[in-house]
Amino acid sequence: MSEVPQEEEQKKGVSRRGLIIGGGVAAAGVAGFALLNRGGGGNAAGDCVTTDLSDTEATLNMSNWPEYVDEDDGDYVSTLTTFEQETGIDVTYTPDVNDNVEFFAKVRNQLGACQPTGRDMFVLTDWMAARMIDAGWIQKLDKANIPNVDKNLISSLQGVGWDPNREYSAPWQSGFTGIAYNKSLVGEVATMDELLTRSDLKGKITLLTEMRDTMGLMLLAEGADPANFTSDQWGNALEKLSKARTDGQVRAFTGNEYVNDLAAGNIAACVAWSGDVAAAEDENLVFLPPEEGMMIWSDNMIVPVQGMHKTNAEKLIDFYYDPVQAAKLAAYVWYVCPVEGAQAEMEKIDPSLVDNPLIFPTADFLASTHNFMALSEADAAKYEQEFADVIG
Amino acid sequence: MASLQRVFGKNSAYWLIGPAAVWLAIFFLFPMLSLLTTSLSDPAGSPIYGYDLTWRLQNYFEAISDYWPYMVRSLIYAGIATLLCLVLGYVLAYAIAFKAGRWKNVMLVLVIAPFFTSFLVRTLSWKLILADNGWLVESLQWLHILGEDGRLLATPFAVVMGLTYNFLPFMILPLYTSLEKIDPRLNEAAADLYSSPWQRFTKVIWPLSIPGVVGGTLLTFIPASGDYINSDLLGNPNTQMVGNKIQTLFTDASDYPHAAALSVILMVLIVGMVLFYVRRAGTEDLL
Repeated sequence: MSEVPQEEEQKKGVSRRGLIIGGGVAAAGVAGFALLNRGGGGNAAGDCVTTDLSDTEATLNMSNWPEYVDEDDGDYVSTLTTFEQETGIDVTYTPDVNDNVEFFAKVRNQLGACQPTGRDMFVLTDWMAARMIDAGWIQKLDKANIPNVDKNLISSLQGVGWDPNREYSAPWQSGFTGIAYNKSLVGEVATMDELLTRSDLKGKITLLTEMRDTMGLMLLAEGADPANFTSDQWGNALEKLSKARTDGQVRAFTGNEYVNDLAAGNIAACVAWSGDVAAAEDENLVFLPPEEGMMIWSDNMIVPVQGMHKTNAEKLIDFYYDPVQAAKLAAYVWYVCPVEGAQAEMEKIDPSLVDNPLIFPTADFLASTHNFMALSEADAAKYEQEFADVIG
Repeated sequence: MASLQRVFGKNSAYWLIGPAAVWLAIFFLFPMLSLLTTSLSDPAGSPIYGYDLTWRLQNYFEAISDYWPYMVRSLIYAGIATLLCLVLGYVLAYAIAFKAGRWKNVMLVLVIAPFFTSFLVRTLSWKLILADNGWLVESLQWLHILGEDGRLLATPFAVVMGLTYNFLPFMILPLYTSLEKIDPRLNEAAADLYSSPWQRFTKVIWPLSIPGVVGGTLLTFIPASGDYINSDLLGNPNTQMVGNKIQTLFTDASDYPHAAALSVILMVLIVGMVLFYVRRAGTEDLL
């Protein structure tokens, strides 16, 4: 009997002390919290640039979009393998960028807190690259290490608003956003209006989760200029999108994965990026510019402040600005090649591609394409929020 | 207790609670605090420059008024999936517990077998099976069960089916454990007392299996209502569940405060429903 109270006593002790400990932890949590939760904090001063380990470590971790580089195949030696052989740098190439915003969410905590993401270089679309440069998360490239870029970057991409002298970025490829359809399932889909309203496409189309791609085309269909639109025009375009969604016309909003569904016949038509359709190597898939016009964009190689192999990254950039390699890559991925002289090299690889406007667009062709307006951080947040509310 | 004291000394309780408490403090309490403060922050901030904690309760009202349909849809889909799991799982668990004989262990292993491959891969493979031009849809169209334009993928049916498929084992295992504990002689006694098979089920088996039913439904309903993979892969924009909305708010819209508020609301709602359910089922002592 005498043991019971003792145990009782002990139980009480535990709970009392437990309470104190628990309270302490909670208090510490709340106190330490404000700090933790601040998240970002742009490092405008660029004070968290890491030391470059390229001299001692011959490695490079690169994140890129899926289906965006050539691969070894039998006798064919890919550009990446050639680079590895020539430089002895071991490249870990990860196709883990499926959507700019999604990728941003993946890395923003580390970038904001000045911690390494494990990546030395990523390839992001103009507006996202601009956003990261603004936040102070990107290192300046050393021009001396990338002479080919100075020499060979095509003139239309030389001065961009967000990086006037290309100090931080070098385009990987450019491309167009238009319409793709599977001709074994449906007839030609020539306009966005057809895509969004034709009854034989009901539940058989996908649009992109990239706001600037999908809304750019929606704005064009609305008769607006994506590079300079009013909030009324935005509202109208968004409403049209919302209606197509509620009507069940839209099957999904996707990243890069739409290609598989298009080839498998789960969807009949979609908003697509120009090179993907060609890369799928399926003769039933057709890419065409909608009658109202196409969107144009570039994806850019950038090195984060905590990228530890900047010189290696620069070697890779320089390598891909060699016209021979650039032509080889373009012949494989079918995106717009940003390298002057690649068109001449293409003659040796595949003469049929030399005059392909999707790879080497003429000035006239480029004149019919559109950019998306540069948005302030606040406007971008507002538009992205409204777009996200519509797509689900 | 006494023997434990010999091993760990007088403060054995602390030694025993300690590791779990530290674990929870780091991996549960901290994230939870982060979630709560984010949910009360000013959405005018951005993920780049951070959010200011302004104790903005409106986030909650806005999240409810803007996104309640997603919440309702989640609860409905999870509810249907849980019911389907209960019906399918009960029959199977009953069979394993009472009728499987020497196949018992084999069948249990088969129930768990799907866990050997990843959740994502299994859900993706349903995408292939249900594909618009796949054999299943084409056979069903040929049989006129589905119309010419009928499809399975990207429909509510596919989402609920995916949820049911993915969470079924979580229903079967607790049901099996409580059914297996029932003494078969109770059933025989009821039969000796002239109760019909149906009465034996409703008066003997079912009441004794209630702990398994409660455990199984909770283990199915809670994860199912927060799930977003099934809706993402098998659904369409009009079948989005609250998990999808939280995900798009975090990733696409970069609206962390509302996403956090929505997560807290979902959590509170589920805890509330669970407490109510457990009380009604009279099984508080199980928790």
